[in-house]
Amino acid sequence: MDTSAIPQNPPPAAPAAPSEVSGKAVRPGDRIFLGLSRGSGIALLVIMAAIAAFLTYRSVLAIQGDKANFFTTFEWDPSGAEPKFGIAVLAFGTVVSSIIAMIIAVPVAVGIALFISHYAPRKLAAPLGYVIDLLAAVPSIIYGLWGALFLVPHLTGLYSWLDSYLGWTGIFSYSQGAARSLFTVGILLAIMILPIVTSVSREVFLQVPKMHEEAALALGATRWEVIRMSVLPFGRSGIISASMLGLGRALGETMAVATVLSPSFLIGLSLLDPGGGTFAQNIASKFSEADTFGQDALIASGLVLFVITLLVNGAARLIIARRKEYSGANA
Amino acid sequence: MAKRIDVSGLSAFYGSHKAIDDISMTVEPRSVTAFIGPSGCGKSTFLRTLNRMHEVTPGGRVEGKVLLDDENLYASGVDPVAVRRTVGMVFQRPNPFPTMSIFDNVAAGLRLNGDVKKKSELNDVVEKSLKGANLWNEVKDRLNKPGSGLSGGQQQRLCIARAIAVEPQVLLMDEPCSALDPISTLAIEDLIGELKERFTIVIVTHNMQQAARVSDRTAFFNLAAVGEPGKLVEIDETERIFSNPSVQDTEDYISGRFG
Repeated sequence: MDTSAIPQNPPPAAPAAPSEVSGKAVRPGDRIFLGLSRGSGIALLVIMAAIAAFLTYRSVLAIQGDKANFFTTFEWDPSGAEPKFGIAVLAFGTVVSSIIAMIIAVPVAVGIALFISHYAPRKLAAPLGYVIDLLAAVPSIIYGLWGALFLVPHLTGLYSWLDSYLGWTGIFSYSQGAARSLFTVGILLAIMILPIVTSVSREVFLQVPKMHEEAALALGATRWEVIRMSVLPFGRSGIISASMLGLGRALGETMAVATVLSPSFLIGLSLLDPGGGTFAQNIASKFSEADTFGQDALIASGLVLFVITLLVNGAARLIIARRKEYSGANA
Repeated sequence: MAKRIDVSGLSAFYGSHKAIDDISMTVEPRSVTAFIGPSGCGKSTFLRTLNRMHEVTPGGRVEGKVLLDDENLYASGVDPVAVRRTVGMVFQRPNPFPTMSIFDNVAAGLRLNGDVKKKSELNDVVEKSLKGANLWNEVKDRLNKPGSGLSGGQQQRLCIARAIAVEPQVLLMDEPCSALDPISTLAIEDLIGELKERFTIVIVTHNMQQAARVSDRTAFFNLAAVGEPGKLVEIDETERIFSNPSVQDTEDYISGRFG
């Protein structure tokens, strides 16, 4: 290397000419952008705080006026002379229907995503992806109508069959009637969250580094083994995030549930029999007729839903963080 | 555990583009054969046809014959998965499975091959392979740690251990040192010298000193122009290629008078 080009003593940093680099040049564009971005950041925090304060304030009012235990009561009567209401049934219905939706939707979604990303010929993969994304654009009331008018009458057969083989468990016992049950809601929610879980998982599977897949291929892995050894481990945290997005939607879904479910304030052992309720469905069906205190009660239940969603997301983050060392991200 | 490779009339395509044209050569068992040549001449593509990895690329297609001893890898009815279990490969960038421990990385191929071994047997093979890759002493106390925590050179030796754990007939190496520092490179080169006692080794390299140091025979690839398919110019004893090649192009390339 030619070292003569490198000066032995670097010239002193030029303090003599401050005009070019020192001094604070005021660039209007920078200031406007700084103001805008800082302003939006602050506005977001203020709005969040305002919402939280509002919800908490009205909820506290409601819970103070509740003559029964807010968490364990199987009743929703905030406008009586002795207001009694509790979220037990709503919490149960929300969580159970969402879990059913996850159990059905996540494996199917991962399967579809793998098919699109690794099995389908490219000519088929792209249109299939569009169709899946399109499903996410269908308004939830449409799903609700379809659920109520198509799914409910067509599920009675399946439920009778489940009852005759698994009815002894209690969970799958079914006394004849319209299948407007938590299980039906779960199935409908599964269909509704399928697109989001599928498309997020697909994106993650497509990002698996080629070199990880080739590592498995070169060892003599079959297509499924490549998926098991490199695609699924890499996509694991992505699948969890996708599921949480889906779960968030399932927990908060309102119209479709309200259209399909025949609500009652009871917790039955059977998931197939009609009855139960969810937070969002309960708020939607009662809010318009509620007096101020009734609204407070509904807001209190909404706050609980909010907390549940936060907890679920926190748990998901913990799961992802726990095995970070092994994640594909640091490869 | 080493077989001869006989290639005849082999061409490889990406879609309609012909990447390499009509290559024939013989690779001797228990020797190191180096492929050298300018970028884009198809040496890596050719290497990947030897374990049927080329066809994994979308549009990848191969014509011609590759005989491993007497068995044509491209005969109908040959399972590419089985071929890749016989012909191992080490890549340009170290690619241990990031979600697996060091132990599991080495054991991965054995577990794939279906014969579920006893834990003790698996331990033996993993130890033997890591020793074979000169990595055992560095990792024996942290076999359960992730492989991605090792240094680049260690990761590459881990990949070599993973490849030799399944006792392949042939080991293909696609620029195995190009992402490594000189000390790690030296470690890998020493290792190649040891491995050729047991395996047939083919190595693609951009580093001509490396080819001269590690290989017994050297093949020079070239292409007429960008977009033209790559061709095998000549293959001969490494010493001869670097001292007195029979083709002028080879001499030009080796002496740096080229492109």
